[in-house]
Amino acid sequence: MSGFIPPFAWQRVVVQPWTEDFNVSFWIVVMGFLVAAACGVVGTYLLLRRMALVGDAISHSILFGLVVAFMIFRSGGTMVMFVAAVATGLLTVGIIEFIHRQSRVKTDAAICIAFTTLFAAGVVLLSVAEMQGPVHLDAECVLYGEIAFVPLDPAVEVFGLVLGPAPVVRMVGVLVGLLVLATIFYKELLVTSFDPALARSLGIRAGVWHYGLMAVLSIVIVSVFEAVGAILAVAMLVVPPMFAAQLSDRLPVRFALVFLHAALSSLLGYQLSVWLNCSPAGAMVVVGAMLFLLAWAVTRPRRAAFPGWTAPS
Amino acid sequence: MMKDFSTTAPPLEVHDLTVAYDRRPVLYGIDLTVPAGSLTGIIGPNGAGKSTLLKAVLGLLPLSAGWVKIFGGPLAQHARRTGYVPQRESVDWDFPVNVMDVVLMGRYGHLPPGRRPGRADREIARACLDQVQMLPLAGRQIGNLSGGQRQRVFLARALAQESDLYFMDEPFAGVDAATEAAIIDLLRGMKDRGKTVVVVHHDLSTAQDYFDRLVLLNMRLVAAGPTAEVFTPELLQKTYGGRLTILSDVAQALGEER
Ligand SMILES: Nc1ncnc2c1ncn2[C@@H]1O[C@H](COP(=O)(O)OP(=O)(O)OP(=O)(O)O)[C@@H](O)[C@H]1O
Ligand SMILES: [Mg+2]
Repeated sequence: MSGFIPPFAWQRVVVQPWTEDFNVSFWIVVMGFLVAAACGVVGTYLLLRRMALVGDAISHSILFGLVVAFMIFRSGGTMVMFVAAVATGLLTVGIIEFIHRQSRVKTDAAICIAFTTLFAAGVVLLSVAEMQGPVHLDAECVLYGEIAFVPLDPAVEVFGLVLGPAPVVRMVGVLVGLLVLATIFYKELLVTSFDPALARSLGIRAGVWHYGLMAVLSIVIVSVFEAVGAILAVAMLVVPPMFAAQLSDRLPVRFALVFLHAALSSLLGYQLSVWLNCSPAGAMVVVGAMLFLLAWAVTRPRRAAFPGWTAPS
Repeated sequence: MMKDFSTTAPPLEVHDLTVAYDRRPVLYGIDLTVPAGSLTGIIGPNGAGKSTLLKAVLGLLPLSAGWVKIFGGPLAQHARRTGYVPQRESVDWDFPVNVMDVVLMGRYGHLPPGRRPGRADREIARACLDQVQMLPLAGRQIGNLSGGQRQRVFLARALAQESDLYFMDEPFAGVDAATEAAIIDLLRGMKDRGKTVVVVHHDLSTAQDYFDRLVLLNMRLVAAGPTAEVFTPELLQKTYGGRLTILSDVAQALGEER
């Protein structure tokens, strides 16, 4: 066992990352926070709408969109990436709804059919593209990401001001955009999530907001890919909102708790990864899940872990 | 507030409405006009298509045939003048909102996209909560309400919409006698202010007393008109397909009347 888990050396685990390796540690923790916060905000709405599985679906099917976009444009720029993500995200949701409507297949099965098929098509296309020359995409990276590489990316400079590694700057943009949209359209998102029938009768088109949310979700997922990959993106979408739901019955408070969770899981997760010498993104998710368990243990006698799990009182 | 609708289009006009789920029609060829300022009850057995009729009228379900006019035009034109109280089970009561948040949703139709409810909207919401005696519970999470209290929240939200035409799906389901009396008072008050209210109702023993007009429905329209003309044993038998217990109840109700 002792050979498995390295000893906890204060100097190596806590001091060194924040002195000698400050530049690496800082950007990894910041990126981890941004990723978890952005995913957590969108994920809060996914959970309220009981659509966590759709997040899973889009995070896989996006591989297909990225490969197709790469084959068409021969570049992996941010705009190309975003457009490809939104197109594939909406395509996935469209396919799911089409299958569900046109056959007896229930939504959960429709989701599985849609995203596994698109993901498989993505894998096939990727190997075809690789035959024709080096591809900037790598299936491994799409699945697992590598947050440790983030500090190595070239820094973005604006008017001589060094802002930080490109993925971090892009992530800040995505998070700020997300928060602006979530604030401006708070009431539309709230009413279409809580009572779509009322929304429609008020003249608020629930369908439009549904697809809008899916488009935003796709952008968030594609921008966290590089850092955490498809699989951990799903965890980031679900774990922070679950933590928040465990602790509060008020939506605005839940958003604040999502941020708290993002900060804690990113920092503690990073420390864990230094200690155990493991993948930082994986460690962040593990810590995030631990935080959820903690919140659950503390509040268990009083509250429901998920909306709808307790009988109405 | 009283408006003169005599020269204008009726609040609700339905022509040859047919609605199907998975190509299986559940409503056939419904023709219906609801006059302004009426309190109309829709009655019929389980599965008659009462909820379906409301949803179709509100544009929540696609129509297979026919048309619906609200105040003489398409619903989209008059969304603001139309209020809806869905069946209570239709929402997730563990949703992270409190009573005030839900009532404020009634104001959303009056606000442009991106605008949040302001102080005036909160005042209106508070007044509506007061009307249903729920003001003291304004800050309570909706999951911690009883069935009757949930129904009152939905009604307060409908009042906050300040619409002219309301559709309510079984507002009396599972509430106690006191709440039922409070709700019917509220509905009569709305009618007196010139609103038009259409209510899906289950209890035949009270239908005659509560509504000035009735719509008898069982996949097809059996009859529609003033309660006195429509609430007859023959038409009710046609609607309920001769189920004896119900009919004896009705006979009794009619007997008491005479
Ligand atoms: N989502 C749906 N998909 C398929 N069939 C449906 C759906 N909703 C209702 N139905 C069917 O349509 C018919 C009418 O249903 P509806 O809910 O309108 O009845 P109702 O008159 O409101 O009944 P109740 O008194 O039980 O509320 C029923 O036969 C029902 O089985
Ligand atoms: Mg019904």
